[in-house]
Amino acid sequence: MWAVEINELTKDYRLGFWSKKHKRALDHLSLTVEPGEVFGLLGPNGAGKTTLMKLLLRLTFPTAGSASILGRPLGDVRARARLGYLPENPYFYDHLTAAEFLNYAGWLCGLDAVERRQRSHELLERVGLSGSAGVPMRRFSKGMVQRLGIAQALVNDPDVVLLDEPMSGLDPLGRRQVRDLVLDLRRNGKTIFFSTHILPDAEALCDRVAVLNGGRLQDLGNLQEILRSSVQSIELVLHDPPPQALAALAGFNPTVTRNGDRVRLELSANADADAVLKAALGAGARVVSLNPVKLFSLEDYFLSRVQESAPRSTEEKVSSTEAGLG
Amino acid sequence: MNRIAAIAVHTFKESVRERVLYTLVVFAMLMIGAGLILGSVSVGINEIALVNLGLSAISIFGLLIAVFIGISLVWKEVERRTLYNVLSKPVARAEFILGKYFGLVLTLAVNTAVMTAGFYLVLWCEKGRLTAADLAPLEAIYFILLELMLVVGVALLFSTMSSPALSAVFTLSLYVIGNLLSDLRGFGEQSGSAALRGLLRAVSLVLPDFGAFSDIAPAAHGELVAGWQVLSHSLYAVLYTAILLSATILIFERRDLR
Repeated sequence: MWAVEINELTKDYRLGFWSKKHKRALDHLSLTVEPGEVFGLLGPNGAGKTTLMKLLLRLTFPTAGSASILGRPLGDVRARARLGYLPENPYFYDHLTAAEFLNYAGWLCGLDAVERRQRSHELLERVGLSGSAGVPMRRFSKGMVQRLGIAQALVNDPDVVLLDEPMSGLDPLGRRQVRDLVLDLRRNGKTIFFSTHILPDAEALCDRVAVLNGGRLQDLGNLQEILRSSVQSIELVLHDPPPQALAALAGFNPTVTRNGDRVRLELSANADADAVLKAALGAGARVVSLNPVKLFSLEDYFLSRVQESAPRSTEEKVSSTEAGLG
Repeated sequence: MNRIAAIAVHTFKESVRERVLYTLVVFAMLMIGAGLILGSVSVGINEIALVNLGLSAISIFGLLIAVFIGISLVWKEVERRTLYNVLSKPVARAEFILGKYFGLVLTLAVNTAVMTAGFYLVLWCEKGRLTAADLAPLEAIYFILLELMLVVGVALLFSTMSSPALSAVFTLSLYVIGNLLSDLRGFGEQSGSAALRGLLRAVSLVLPDFGAFSDIAPAAHGELVAGWQVLSHSLYAVLYTAILLSATILIFERRDLR
């Protein structure tokens, strides 16, 4: 059984009360998340990450497609009994104290008074807010609200935790604390499904990621594999090559940079490495190295993927306004 | 049921921590207290004037509390997105609406009880003692509570669909029209047009009849209404409220929370 299963999920939003035009926020998205996995949902603002979270929580309704959590369809209230959720930029009740708020959250989850007291105490300790249990939330800093948000998401000891931009707006210390909490949850066998546009966090935490852009799934898989398979170009370095060698390689359309005796040629990722090497050696050049140029970080990868699809996304946004609700 | 209770208790806590509530209750108490001055200048009818003023204060300030807290009940949770937190728990949307409703009704019941205590204190100050006959206003206060239950139902319905300002306008308009239904019916009966008569009769049947709960004047004169009327008014309030809550739930169940 999948922790989260999403099939062809699509969401169109109407553009205005009287308008019949729609904007497609999520476009036939399908993916699965295994139990115990830390799954990252990546994408720029407006990619559809929050829409997906809201669909999973039944806060909005899909135009088409379906999804399930721990085998239960989204409409089933029992699916949410084993689920925890931290909204993006959480805002809770100003008039409640942290302990009162956790008590309320626990009550909504069906915990009895004794369980609620125990759980509140335990969670406030865990997120480092035990000293602020009696403080009204209007006096909380953003980091404290975020940590309390995580505490309320864990009040029912859920199996699946949805975190919408959990590091957003936090200082480095706050991010570190949230990161440690996520790792702690993973150690306890929880499934974490979180959205972020802070890529180093995804790199540090995720087993697998899905890259969303313009509501579409662009990539899905193991983070290391995604980065490994992303060869951007081929780099050939020659030592003081004769002019005929550069002429022989001109057919490969290289970008040439000279640095003293060394000449660096950057070739397209699709170039035939064997042919390049043969041409260079045949023309009498001394080859120093021939290497694939890979992306070094998820950030590089992410930017290149988003830029690749940018023109297409713009066109689609215009055409999608004519789409109807299914 | 447990979750409805959780939301109701939370709503009650939220309401009693609203400053506007205390302002309204203080004003209501001042108005009830003013009955002593009015009573002293109303020769021979001081007690009637005092009961009239006291019950009117309970009714008017109860209405203001019901409208001004009721209209923002759901809207505030949606706007501030605190609702996301509630609905991410195993809570059905219907449970949320019912919890909000009962929470505000509980607030109104407690406020009405406080204002009633203030009213009887003033009455005691005026008369020097209270007798069994002085219990007649309690019936009027019971009708006021029934009326407020209906007002909260109307305010909650509009709160799920529109902004607080619009909800206030709609709720207060409906309250005013609902108090004029017997006049509308009378106007229809006297009209020569069968179509207008039919239309006004239909309108008076569909809209909530707030005028039916007006019992202040008879109570001021120590008159009690018949037991069957108390029962029929209670049934009307409960049934109409059930219809309003069902409509609110139906709308809210289909609402996309963007």
